[in-house]
Formats: sequence, structure tokens, C-alpha cells
Amino acid sequence: MDTSEDILQQPSPDLVRGSETARPAKAARLSPSFISWLQAGPMMLVFLAFFLIPLVFVVIVSFWDYNEYQLLPTFSGRGYTDTFEGCIAQLPDLCTIGRTYVKTLKLCVMVWAITLFIGFWVAYFLAFHVKSKTWQMGLSLLCTIPFWTSNVIRMIAWIPLLGRNGLVNSGLIKSGLINQPLEWLLFSEFSVVLALVHLFTFFMVVPIFNSMVRIDKSLIEAAYDAGATGFQTLVNVIIPLAKPGIVIGSIFVITIVMGDFITIGVMGGQQIASAGKIIETRVNALQFPAAAANAVILLIITFLIITMMSRIVDIKKEL
Amino acid sequence: MKEGRPRSFYVLAIFFAAYVLFLYGPMIAIYVLSFQGPQGGLTFPMNGVSTFWLQKLFQGTGIVDLGAAFRRSLLLGLIVMAATVVLSVAAGMAFRRKFKAQSILFYSAIASLIVPSIITSLGISLEFRIVDDLIKAHWNENFETSMGLLTSGLGAHLTWTLPFGLLIMFAIFNRFDPRLEEAARDLGATPWQAFRHVVLPIILPSVIGIGLFGFTLSWDELARSSQAIGAVNTLPLDLQGLTTTVTNPDIYALGTIISAVSFAVITLALGTIHMLNKRQAAKGSDAGKGLV
Repeated sequence: MDTSEDILQQPSPDLVRGSETARPAKAARLSPSFISWLQAGPMMLVFLAFFLIPLVFVVIVSFWDYNEYQLLPTFSGRGYTDTFEGCIAQLPDLCTIGRTYVKTLKLCVMVWAITLFIGFWVAYFLAFHVKSKTWQMGLSLLCTIPFWTSNVIRMIAWIPLLGRNGLVNSGLIKSGLINQPLEWLLFSEFSVVLALVHLFTFFMVVPIFNSMVRIDKSLIEAAYDAGATGFQTLVNVIIPLAKPGIVIGSIFVITIVMGDFITIGVMGGQQIASAGKIIETRVNALQFPAAAANAVILLIITFLIITMMSRIVDIKKEL
Repeated sequence: MKEGRPRSFYVLAIFFAAYVLFLYGPMIAIYVLSFQGPQGGLTFPMNGVSTFWLQKLFQGTGIVDLGAAFRRSLLLGLIVMAATVVLSVAAGMAFRRKFKAQSILFYSAIASLIVPSIITSLGISLEFRIVDDLIKAHWNENFETSMGLLTSGLGAHLTWTLPFGLLIMFAIFNRFDPRLEEAARDLGATPWQAFRHVVLPIILPSVIGIGLFGFTLSWDELARSSQAIGAVNTLPLDLQGLTTTVTNPDIYALGTIISAVSFAVITLALGTIHMLNKRQAAKGSDAGKGLV
């Protein structure tokens, strides 16, 4: 930092005199690849220490043994056998872990379909119908601001609306549509899906919007000129060109829902099992190898889903 | 050629408005409910209007040690923000050239973004537990733990904020005109001078955006903190803990205060970005505008 300050202190006439004075500095300069390392190194170190090595530990610990209080660093498949307990004996019925994953995938598909529908049309509106750049920016910001606020608060926010005596129930009772408050509004699968859609549609809107604003408007005009209906233009021009955004958004939403345990916990009244929640439960019981084994399984399934989806589109090219 | 707006515009405008209402409506409900009267409950209708629950929170007689958790979260948020800005800008600069390990860093960032938070969090906690055990076994038997707010907690938050910072830097440099920097170099600027006096002023609004992401994502972070924060709680963790037990508007009051900080930061950041953009427009290049 000191040297950079020194450089700043140099009187500016030096700059104007130009290359003769700059040359000597150039000779002493560090090689470009070394500078790249200095620039990118710190971030790489953070990912190494707090992401890559921890992942390795998850895999290693998943093969350790454990008792009631501690980790035992000896090889054991107990984390996995405990997880898959009864899976063969109970065939053809699904065992606990199988049922949990089916349930999580079901949640995933529901949330994915709804967020995709909402996200697509919100992005479509912003990209094609809002013509002024200022309005486009303002409205995008309006969609982004909630993302910068707390997820838990946005979950709790549903309680006064959906609760037993909440706005929805009291409204429905007053209007005479129901006599008893609806119990399935809160702490149910319904409220979990609702909250997940509420929280994570943003992750669909942004990449789809990004893909859509890059579409050359003359392509759409060309489609119309060639006699395509609005629907044909949508299906044959806009959707294929927005596909990268759709895939990236889908990856975000699916991985978030697959690993979620907080929304499912809070909105499901801690009663609904999910892939992420198993891990949390095992950790709370201090069964780290079992937690790690579940994490490995979740990681593999998430990875499979992503590989399948990124077959459709080259992510790196799109960013 | 001026055409009227098509019917689809109005349909989608209503859809969009409904989406915005869906986004904001519930949040506004709890801000309103945190001003319940002292007898008020968790739902509408309001039972009088007062600042009773907010005051109760500030007096510390409420449900959590708000002051301590508040300071912890604020400290962590500010450190995460600073680290995210510095590391992202530096790494973003590196990506403008080719360098070895480029794709490793890129894929680490993307993976860190999409690997479920609970896995990252569990991994960090295992890593620190194992390090603790090693220290206890080999060096110091009385060692407690290396896990904590500014070790494992900070690391956990950075795995979440840095990918956003890096992606924003990519977006910036996709639009950045390298000729500006070349011009600076031709005038004899050192690389640092070119960065400090040419590149940084141009990208500054977006850099503030990175700071905004850094702070707000850390301030509200929950999933990664859950296993990796150590013995103490951050504000969102306290709030989550309360969701199962609390039966009065305390929890809304706490939510309102946490949100107030978020909104203050968002307003400050967006205001600064707006001001900088205006200044750039006013004082920036007039190339191509004047007559030859």
C-alpha cells in the first residue's frame, strides 16, 4: 500500500514529460502473470480455505465413524448405512431417505415451474414492453430490493396473512365462503411453496431478463414481417434465444430448493422433511459422519441435475 | 411510426404489478404490525398503535440480547463488505488478462454459489472442528475453539458474497472500453495510476453496488452461518430461533429493525451510485458531442 501512495504523491509533470521517465519504472515492474496471481490469489485462497477444503472434509468425514459425542477418525461406512437403513428390507416401499428425496424433488419441480412462469413473464414485460431505459432500471430495481432484505423476515411476513386468524382466513370467513379457518394455509406444503416462490423468483427474473435484453429487436420485427403470429414469435424466436437465461435461472432455483432447510423449516412448522433438513437434523444430533454422508448424496444429486441442465447451454459463454 | 400499446402490454403490466404487490405486500404487513398496541397480537386487526414493542426491544427486556447481536452482525457485515469489494475488484482486474488457474477460480466461484449452503456450512464446521482437535491433541490441551464470528463465520459469508462480486466485475468489464486505459498508458501513467485515476472512477458506481451486495447478503445471511458461526448468534439466527417460540409482536419489531438497517444501506448505496452517475455524465467525456 505504501508504494502505491508514493506513486500517487509523484508530481503530475512527470506524467506529462512522458515515456522517458516512465520507462525506468517499467523495467522494475513485476511480470504480468505474477500480478495476475497477486490480484486473483486472495479470492482463490478464500475459496480454497472456506469452500474447496471444507468440501473435501465433508467427503472424508462421511466415511468416519461416530458415537454419541464425537467423531471417530476411523474408516466406516456407518454414515451411509445409517442413512439408507431399511431401504432394501422395505422394498418395494420407499425408505425414509427415499421418501424425503421424492418429496424434495416434488417441491423442487413445483417451485421451479411456478418461478419459471412468473419469472419469464416479468422479465418479458421488463425487456420488451418497458421502452424507456430509466423505467426499465427503476422497475428492475423494484424487483431487486427485496433480495437485499432478510429472507427470514420475508417468511415471517406471511404469518399475519396466512395464520389461523390471519387476513386471508378472516376475509374468507367474513365473506361467508368458509365457516372454519383453513388450516392448510400456514405451516404446510402450500406455505412452503408460496414462500420459496416469493423468495427465489428473483433468481429466475435476472438471468432471463439478461438474455432477453440481448435479443436483437429486428429479429422480432423480421418474424412479424414474415407473417408470424405473436405466439409463433414467442415460441420460435424469443424462447430459444432466452434459453440460456432460462437454464441459468432454473439451475439457481433448483439448487436452492434442493438444499433448502430454513424456508422448509420455518414455513413448514418444522414438520416437513427435506434433503437439506436431514443434514441439519443429523448435525444437531452431533452425528457428523451421517450428516456428511447426506451432504455427499445431496451434492451428487445436485451435480447430476446441473450437468444435465448445462448440457443444454454453455454457462461460461453466457456470463 | 407510432403505434398504440398492444393489449398484451396491459395484461403483462397488471401481472407485473401483481408480482410487485406479492413481493412487498407481506413485508409491509409486518412493518405495520410491529407498531401494534401493547395488547396486540400476531395478526390483524391492529389493537391500537404504539411503539411499545420497538421500545421493549431497545430496552433489552425483550426476547434476545438485541444490542450484542446487532453489533456482531454489523461488524461482520462491514468486514464482509470491505473484503468483498477489495477481493472482487482485484480478481476482476486479473480476469481481464489470461492467467493460469483462471477457469479454476471461475468454476470455484460458480460452484460456491450453487452448492447448497448447508453443505458449505457443514464443511466449514467440520474443517474447524478437525483443526481444533489437532491443536488440542498436539499443542494446547486447554484450547477451546478456532471457530468464531471473524474466522469461520467470515469465511462462510465470503463464500456467498464473493461470487456475486466477481460476476458484477465481469459485467462491468464486458462494457468497459480498454482504450481509456491504453490512452492513460500512452500518456505515461503507471499501471497503478491508470487504475486509480482512470479505471476506478469509471467503475466506482458498480463497485459500490458490490459493496451493497456484500453488506446486505452478509447482514441477512442464515444458511451458511447456521453451522459455521461458532458459539454466538448473528441477528438473523436469533430471529430464526424466535420463529418457533414467540407469540407476540416482538418478532415483528425485530424484523422491522433489521429491515430498517437494510433499507438504510440500500438507500445510501443507490443514492451514492445515482450521484456518481450524474457527476460522470456532467463531468465525463465530451468526445463526439462538440463540433469539429
